[in-house]
Amino acid sequence: MTESRARALPGSRSLFAAVLTVVALVASACSGADDDGTTAATDPGDGGPGAIVSLSPTTTEMLYAVGAGDRVVAVDERSDFPPDAPVTDLSGYTPNLEAILGYQPDLVVATDDTGDIVSGLERSGVEVLLLPAARTLDDTFSQIEQVGAATGTVGEAAELVSRMRGEIDEIVASVPERETPLTYFHELDDTYYTVTDDTYIGEVYSLLGLTSIATGDDAYPQLSEELILESDPDLVMLADGQCCGITPEVVAGRPGWSELGAVRQGRVFVVDEDLASRWGPRVVDFMREVAGIVATVPEREPAS
Amino acid sequence: MTRGSPRHALVLGGATLVLLLALLAGTLVGPAGLTPRGVLLELVGQLPFVHVDSGLTPRQQVILWEIRIPRVALGGIVGAMLAIAGATYQGVFRNPLADPYLLGVSSGAGLGATLAIVLGGAAGSAMVPPAAFVGGMIAVMATYALGRGVGGGRTEVVIILAGVAVAAFASAVQTFFMQRNDETLRQVYSWMLGRLTTSGWAEVRTVLPYVVVSVVVIALHRRTLDVMSVGDVEASTLGIAPARVRLVLISVATLGTAAVVSVSGLIGFVGIVIPHAVRMVIGPGHRLLLPLSLLVGAAFLVLADLVARTAMSPGELPIGVVTAAIGAPFFLFVLRRSRGII
Repeated sequence: MTESRARALPGSRSLFAAVLTVVALVASACSGADDDGTTAATDPGDGGPGAIVSLSPTTTEMLYAVGAGDRVVAVDERSDFPPDAPVTDLSGYTPNLEAILGYQPDLVVATDDTGDIVSGLERSGVEVLLLPAARTLDDTFSQIEQVGAATGTVGEAAELVSRMRGEIDEIVASVPERETPLTYFHELDDTYYTVTDDTYIGEVYSLLGLTSIATGDDAYPQLSEELILESDPDLVMLADGQCCGITPEVVAGRPGWSELGAVRQGRVFVVDEDLASRWGPRVVDFMREVAGIVATVPEREPAS
Repeated sequence: MTRGSPRHALVLGGATLVLLLALLAGTLVGPAGLTPRGVLLELVGQLPFVHVDSGLTPRQQVILWEIRIPRVALGGIVGAMLAIAGATYQGVFRNPLADPYLLGVSSGAGLGATLAIVLGGAAGSAMVPPAAFVGGMIAVMATYALGRGVGGGRTEVVIILAGVAVAAFASAVQTFFMQRNDETLRQVYSWMLGRLTTSGWAEVRTVLPYVVVSVVVIALHRRTLDVMSVGDVEASTLGIAPARVRLVLISVATLGTAAVVSVSGLIGFVGIVIPHAVRMVIGPGHRLLLPLSLLVGAAFLVLADLVARTAMSPGELPIGVVTAAIGAPFFLFVLRRSRGII
């Protein structure tokens, strides 16, 4: 009895699944045929979308982190994490509608609507999740939850967010308290573009007790060299090692920079610029990296 | 040409004074809070047999001598070169609109620099100056060849159109490579806007020899340029080979332009606005036009950079944005005034 039922069940299940698939196909064909612009996004159904295309490294990392990675069929050319993500020559900067549709996605996750790509995808009946660059850590959490909702992995997403929150709290607690915050110069490129406290990465640094030497309305200002020298930051974080080949030695060799306290005390660090610019699940790794750097500075410093 | 000699001396002296004042202002003012008095005392202390205590801290001295003064110096050199190159191109092509931009020099140099950054890998940054020079040279030669080939007898007009075509082509190729390599996009973009942010004595030493050679050769041809401005046939009757002179002058002007552009990025409007402004005051003679363009161009860029450094402090404005903001309206004003010439 039990044996025969056990044998019968898979059969009836697959039959049921086949019927569902046919119904779904007919339904999607119909919605495609009499598309009048009002068609709602594809129903994610119980298992969520079957084929997902990601157009940015951050969204790719989010998709894999919530456990939807096995349904990701294509990622853009710059997504290189996780290493087994299906990298294609799709571009997030200059997205090509036909090339994206070639992967027959049910869901496309992107960071911005470059070239009016969203309306094109929606007209083709593809669901689009647009996640613009996060401005705060909370944005990242909410985006991960949105990815979870769109891919039918709400539970995993919630779990990931709470794990991230926990780890961040732990990292923040591990950083020694200081009377005056350490100052930093986060170098985005070799023409001295940097961040203020009022940016995503500035928020991360603030949580670790650091404050940027850059201030003002412009969140990503280009600093005058003389201002950097005058500010004499306690830490110099180089986020331009990969892009521009900048190393602590290069910094020490710049005219006048050998006078900086950070250079003299060996507090010029190359940070992983991918971790610093992808505001997704791996921001925790970036915080851990920075916390490790901060821990190298004795607690009584800065003396001033 | 000699009748105005006292007036020449007066005008040149005035321009020199303006440049000195600009250099002084650029040295005294900056985002780092050095007291003007301290800076002045530092400068006075450089005179022989003078010993004064400026009161500047060692760090402030570093800021002054290693950052601010070389930047002011480089701004002056770049402005001088761009302006005299513009005046030269305008004379050679008998076209008041000729400038490094319209002849494709800047775009060609930009393409060369982009290729160096995109394809050069780790050594890319070091390859930018030579690559910019080669790119600028190829572009201006292409413009020249196209202009002569297509233009027939009307070389002077057609050459500008050829320059526009060459510039557009170079920009298109550059954009293609930037799109394919978005990691380097920011670096190239920042260079295209023009910046003196990262300039030091090393950059001054790099460009100065090219600029000196270029300026000396141009200065030696000042009379020839006057003759050529009348017409090639007239020049030939006076024993001047217009084609050869043209080639020499284009080469040296491009050499100097590409050298400064490679370290400063694309700084527009200096080459066209400054010679025009000078011509408005003293007329078209090259004996005065060339040195005055040099002096005024240097003063202009030193002051533009002063604005770039301080207007948005603690941030910086790209200097190309400043020169365009001042230069473009001024250019329209000049156009209106000089409709008869053009």
